[in-house]
Amino acid sequence: MIPRSAPTTVSLSALGLAALVALTGCVPNATSAAGSTQLTVDSSADACTVSAAEAPSGTISFVVTNSGDQVTEFYLLAGDGLRIVGEAENIGPGISRTLVVQVSPGDYFTVCKPGMAGAGVGKAAFTVIDSGNPLALGDDLTAQIDTANANYKSYVKDQVENLVTGTEAFAAAYIAGDDDAARALYAPTRVFWERIETVAESFGDLDPRMDLREADLEEGQDWTGWHAIEKDLWPAEAEPGFQPYDQTKREALATQLVDDTHTLYADVQQLEFTLAQQTNGAIGLLDEVASGKVTGEEEFWSHTDLWDFQANIDGARVLYEGVRDILMVKDAALADRLDAEFSALQVLLDEQRVGAGFRLYTELEAAQVRALSDQVNALAEPLSKLTAALVL
Amino acid sequence: MSDTDDPQPGLSRRGLLGFLGAGAVGVGAVAAGAAATTTRSPSFAAPAGQSTSAAQSGAAAIYPFHGEHQSGIVTPAQDRLHFAAFDVSDVTRAELQELLQDWSYAASRMMAGLSAGDLGAVGGAYDAPPDDTGEALDLPPAGLTITFGFGPSLFDERFGLASRRPAALVDLPHFPGDALVENLTGGDLCIQACSDDPQVAVHAIRNLSRIAFGRASLRWSQLGFGRTSSTTRAQVTPRNLFGFKDGTANLRAEDTALVDTHVWADGDDWMTGGSYLVARKIRMTIETWDRTSLREQETVVGRTKGDGAPLSGGGEFTEPDFSATGRDDAPLIAETSHVRLAHPSMNNGATLLRRGYNFVDGNDELGRLNAGLFFICFQADPRTQFVPVQLSLARHDAMNEYLRHVGSGIFAVPPGATQDSYVGAGLFA
Repeated sequence: MIPRSAPTTVSLSALGLAALVALTGCVPNATSAAGSTQLTVDSSADACTVSAAEAPSGTISFVVTNSGDQVTEFYLLAGDGLRIVGEAENIGPGISRTLVVQVSPGDYFTVCKPGMAGAGVGKAAFTVIDSGNPLALGDDLTAQIDTANANYKSYVKDQVENLVTGTEAFAAAYIAGDDDAARALYAPTRVFWERIETVAESFGDLDPRMDLREADLEEGQDWTGWHAIEKDLWPAEAEPGFQPYDQTKREALATQLVDDTHTLYADVQQLEFTLAQQTNGAIGLLDEVASGKVTGEEEFWSHTDLWDFQANIDGARVLYEGVRDILMVKDAALADRLDAEFSALQVLLDEQRVGAGFRLYTELEAAQVRALSDQVNALAEPLSKLTAALVL
Repeated sequence: MSDTDDPQPGLSRRGLLGFLGAGAVGVGAVAAGAAATTTRSPSFAAPAGQSTSAAQSGAAAIYPFHGEHQSGIVTPAQDRLHFAAFDVSDVTRAELQELLQDWSYAASRMMAGLSAGDLGAVGGAYDAPPDDTGEALDLPPAGLTITFGFGPSLFDERFGLASRRPAALVDLPHFPGDALVENLTGGDLCIQACSDDPQVAVHAIRNLSRIAFGRASLRWSQLGFGRTSSTTRAQVTPRNLFGFKDGTANLRAEDTALVDTHVWADGDDWMTGGSYLVARKIRMTIETWDRTSLREQETVVGRTKGDGAPLSGGGEFTEPDFSATGRDDAPLIAETSHVRLAHPSMNNGATLLRRGYNFVDGNDELGRLNAGLFFICFQADPRTQFVPVQLSLARHDAMNEYLRHVGSGIFAVPPGATQDSYVGAGLFA
């Protein structure tokens, strides 16, 4: 669907370029004054019809409609006919999807790939004319993105490595019955999980085994993972009649948690991240804060929610800082705002520090919770603009 | 359904008196003619149902109260809801019956556009409080339907009804992720009032609550706007607060064979011709949803946001093709998408008549809109319909990240009443 605010579709061949520029005055962000052009693409069984064969440089939206009966893809290829500048994939028959790309002047190709295999159909030259508005993209953007992706991959591996080590120590203390040591290790170890929570959660089989809260159980389901042990270590608020776990159960829970953490470690080795996955991962971490930590629901027994809160923010900040150089080029104002909001949130969190850790959630006043929640929103909303600012 | 036809006057008090015997009703005899003339609205007494809101939802102006089934189930979904659950007070079985009779009587009048009581908001003694609260004076009923239901707790020892509890009226299990709030859950009785005019729906619940004082009291209630389902083919599919079309695959009144199978309870007990209502107050964390990419939103739902087409292709009403795959042979409609998990083909054919509404109850203490979906569904047997479907959704639905079930109720909705009886009479037979 075409967003209601999108510029009207313009057939370039029918208009002089000057008229076009006048019609498409949309400014995508502060540093890129390039115009915005919207074109349609009809992908049929044997054709790939673009509404114009040329467009001014800047932001171009291709509204791709699949009029064939196979799943299709649309590509904007560089002049070498190989490098992918932009793509829209998995477009079912009858469905429309919009590809938005920022394109520099030069020669390109458009091509559709119904059936998602082979060389594609309707490959056609596509010319981008210099609109006179310089793009903010440097030639080294691709390299910068590759670097950001690789850096984040290393970060994830490093956190999970620490998680493995920490979990082993925690499990050993718990099995040995050294509850004080286990309690002391609980929150600082979970920090490594929470920093990469959106990645860990992407393993749909592991997450429920490792991080399920009691309310998430269905009747008759076995409860395992961090929070099951948390309840045994902090039984003060458990329901009347709650029985501390016996040694057999302790060992089973702790052993499974360690095993699952090793599995997670193995699984993340192969991960690759796109730029959009990173920026949306940062949003995902803020959402984790907004829906679980700031409400005190995550650490229901230990009330160590602020450790998780800080860790989610750490993870989001790493993701943001990994792409910040790119953002400085594309939208410096947004970068300034995000810097300020991250700092403001950190100030609020620092006010709750006690030694190496934090006050318990139950020790917070309502006004303090509200202030944290408001600042999470203040950060999350501009952060949600990061993807559009970078990927366009 | 035949409940789209002639407007009819409310059940006459005399008719009910005749049925009950005069001693059962504590109001002096009132001539039926007087009741029939106490219309709320002169303009409505003329050809009714021309209100623009009625045209929007496709609801007719007036639905008859009496009939084989209660109204408000396969009736074209009106735009507004006021739902209320009640606890019955410490009264006798006979007093409970009397309450239900009084409710039916008032409901039949209000659905016909009459005042709740015989005298109306301005027609009674000057030194007495009016027997209608008055805020619906001059308003046509705008498709008002009033639907009554009985919760599991009604069937305890208090009224000698334990042996009459239908097997299908189960206590809902705890579903994974449930965050139910005690005072938004359960109830001995429920009333669903729907109208295209919110004031008319509120007027109905207000007056029925007033009638109940001393016999039943409000336990929890909910206002809803923007119906989130279509129950007839003539209605366009509306959108929920996630911005997606909701209820595309809903059962429609026109699918009479499907409705007979999936909506109306069968068997030979007092529930024959009735249905089972499950209500769930589902809070949506719309703030986090709004910060989610369109790709993620469509993946979670399994449909396009614009047209509501399944991601496997086609238009809104194209059947989803769950076997269709895209790049890397990944399914176009994700395994954890809402449309896949809720689809009858994934639930042994189980399907529901959904009749939900959006709600926004101000905001919470953290400044977030207290918004969501007040989900209502009707079915022949929740044990094979709502419960397994919700269990599957609660386990796997990617949408759960943005949802929280905070309220819940299940109610046996008895069949409709005949002209000389009341809703629920069969239970006491």
